[in-house]
Amino acid sequence: MRIGLFVPCFIDAFYPQVGIATLELLERFGCAVDYPFDQTCCGQPMVNSGCHAEAAATEQLFVDNFAAYDVIVAPSGSCVHQIRDNLTAVEQTAAVQHVRANTFELVEYLHDVLKVGAFPWAKFPHKVGYHDSCNTLRNLGHGKPSELRGPDFSKPRALLEKVEGIELVSPARPDECCGFGGTFSVTEPEVSGRMGRDKIADHGRAGAEYIVSADTSCLMHQQGCAKRIGAPIRFKHIAEVLNGSAA
Amino acid sequence: MSTPDPNQTLNSAEAVHEAQPKPAKARPGQRVDHAGAAREFLHSPVHAQSHDERVWAMRQRRDTAMETIPEWEELRDLASQIKTHALTHLDKYLEQFADNAAANGVHVHWAGDAADHNRIVHEIFTRHGVKKVIKSKSMLMEECGFRHYMEGVGIDIVETDLGERIQQLDKEDPSHVVVPAVHKMRSDVSQVFAKTLGSDPNNDDAHYLTEQQRQATRPLILDADAGMTGANFAIAETGGFVVCTNEGNADLSANVPNLHVASIGIEKIVPKLSDLGVFIRLLSRSALGSPITQYTSHFRAPKSGGEMHIVLVDNGRSKRLADERFWSSLKCIRCGACMNTCPVFRRSGGLSYGATYTGPLGLILDPSIDAYRYSNLPFASTLNGSCTNVCPVKINIHEQIFEWRQVLAEDDMIPWTKKSTLAAAGRTLASPRAYRTAIKSAHSALKHLPDWALYNKLNAWGQVRDLPEVPAEGSFHDWYRKHRMDQSESASGDSE
Repeated sequence: MRIGLFVPCFIDAFYPQVGIATLELLERFGCAVDYPFDQTCCGQPMVNSGCHAEAAATEQLFVDNFAAYDVIVAPSGSCVHQIRDNLTAVEQTAAVQHVRANTFELVEYLHDVLKVGAFPWAKFPHKVGYHDSCNTLRNLGHGKPSELRGPDFSKPRALLEKVEGIELVSPARPDECCGFGGTFSVTEPEVSGRMGRDKIADHGRAGAEYIVSADTSCLMHQQGCAKRIGAPIRFKHIAEVLNGSAA
Repeated sequence: MSTPDPNQTLNSAEAVHEAQPKPAKARPGQRVDHAGAAREFLHSPVHAQSHDERVWAMRQRRDTAMETIPEWEELRDLASQIKTHALTHLDKYLEQFADNAAANGVHVHWAGDAADHNRIVHEIFTRHGVKKVIKSKSMLMEECGFRHYMEGVGIDIVETDLGERIQQLDKEDPSHVVVPAVHKMRSDVSQVFAKTLGSDPNNDDAHYLTEQQRQATRPLILDADAGMTGANFAIAETGGFVVCTNEGNADLSANVPNLHVASIGIEKIVPKLSDLGVFIRLLSRSALGSPITQYTSHFRAPKSGGEMHIVLVDNGRSKRLADERFWSSLKCIRCGACMNTCPVFRRSGGLSYGATYTGPLGLILDPSIDAYRYSNLPFASTLNGSCTNVCPVKINIHEQIFEWRQVLAEDDMIPWTKKSTLAAAGRTLASPRAYRTAIKSAHSALKHLPDWALYNKLNAWGQVRDLPEVPAEGSFHDWYRKHRMDQSESASGDSE
């Protein structure tokens, strides 16, 4: 079985270490992983703005790149949500349906498919606030959102708890959106920025030294907000922590 | 750890008297500028912080109330199913309701749109020589522009809900379906009452203010010629309807004058009296976290010697019912839970929506009322989905917001610059070579351009946050080619 690694555009451009950690982590568990070289993006920026027709060619390119793989794994919840639930601008051929049904977000793949029991190489002796991105939490089902009644569970926390030395802390508004929201971050910059600052302040009050998430886009936004106001909090993608990144 | 808290600097005494932000309303034919109005609201830091905290407190009380009901999620399912059933058999239940109401001695009227509603009520008032009316809060009457219509024909309307009365005295629209003046500080209310009721402008004690308005309004209530209410639920089986309030003001409106007119949206129908148990348990818990509203009043027939009219209003509802993408928005019971949980609503204030319905609910209702005017609203969301999860009748609110964006883009209702930018993005992202070039240019720009070029008004990202740094090792693509590929392998993305 071969895995196609999808490294979304902004991770490719600005956070290569997230792609590298994802690749290495999958390989540590014996997966055969390819990186299709002509990949670009899943089409989300256009679809998120209602411009589905403008996304069709990008979606087609995505499918062309990944249709040959049994499974596609990406370190980005929002992109996986786009592929799984909203990749509809292209004709729904068998290839498109195959790609949509077999694309996994990294945490899901580790937790649900590989059922990983330990990360013996990983140590992260820091206070960590986990950022549940809205797409992983509410659209991919990473855990129980605070709005719903039912038993608590969290796949990313279950994985992070296996990392030696880590201490997970919880903000007062555990799963409030950080304000990134794709194009929302540029169409409503003031509200977006305020939400980002509120989010990192909430984590700061909980004692977090690091904010860790499965969505790099939320981290990119929060990191930009933190730098602007001089907040000392640091940011890591969950793949980096699980792959043994020291700090 | 010392992460700066954006709220911390706002507690100084002088800040308490910050003036209330008042966003300009869009003129006819204009688009509502949500982002601009939200910016203004956030630039009033005391109001912004208070609004977020107050509204979030309602969400927290809702969560606490939910935890007391083990079958909460089943209740939501049941409420959603009852609404689905009622809406898919709406013609039958509306007729049953109207027949039963008429048999109870109520005059039933049918209004196709807002103008019909206002005209019908005006005719009833004219027949009875009504000049002074008291009314309890009704979003439907707001939707119909009823207050303004009545002002135009010389009939005095007095709101009996405290928050709504504050808004009326301040000549503002309600900013929230349940707590219409939640965006105001006590100091704002004190200013409004000082100007309109002659109270002490330097006294903003809540008890004092409430008493001032009570003393001013009570004579108007006792003197009214007619009373108006809305309805939260209309029961087909009995022809009766239910109004839920926390101040008992609907009871005053309905019982003090001899003439009672109730304006009811056709989507308020539930089949049976026993269905109410499901909705009453959900409504106030979802809204404010209280187990039930203080007053859950049932009305069925005119009081002895009095007269009761019901105006059943369509105003676009049957058209929406026919749209498979958006019909389920008619299930809404107006609890406001979606507003309370919405992080965008809490930061921007309800008036920023420039519409009767605000928050996530407004984003899906308003464009169906006027697509162009409200075309920015479905973009005033991060699509985080919290609204869908709190909705007691399980409307897929964030999915409908997403759906509306596509409808507006296809109908050319989004700004041309936005569409052309995204079309260009689509072309770049569809071509591996153009994409590689774009990344190289972005890296080069970030490395070489001075800050003033990156952080200016045209760069919305840079207005509030720093841009990411250029990674030392280049893109992932570069890294992969260097470390994982045989140099003899050709990289088609670069040589296309």
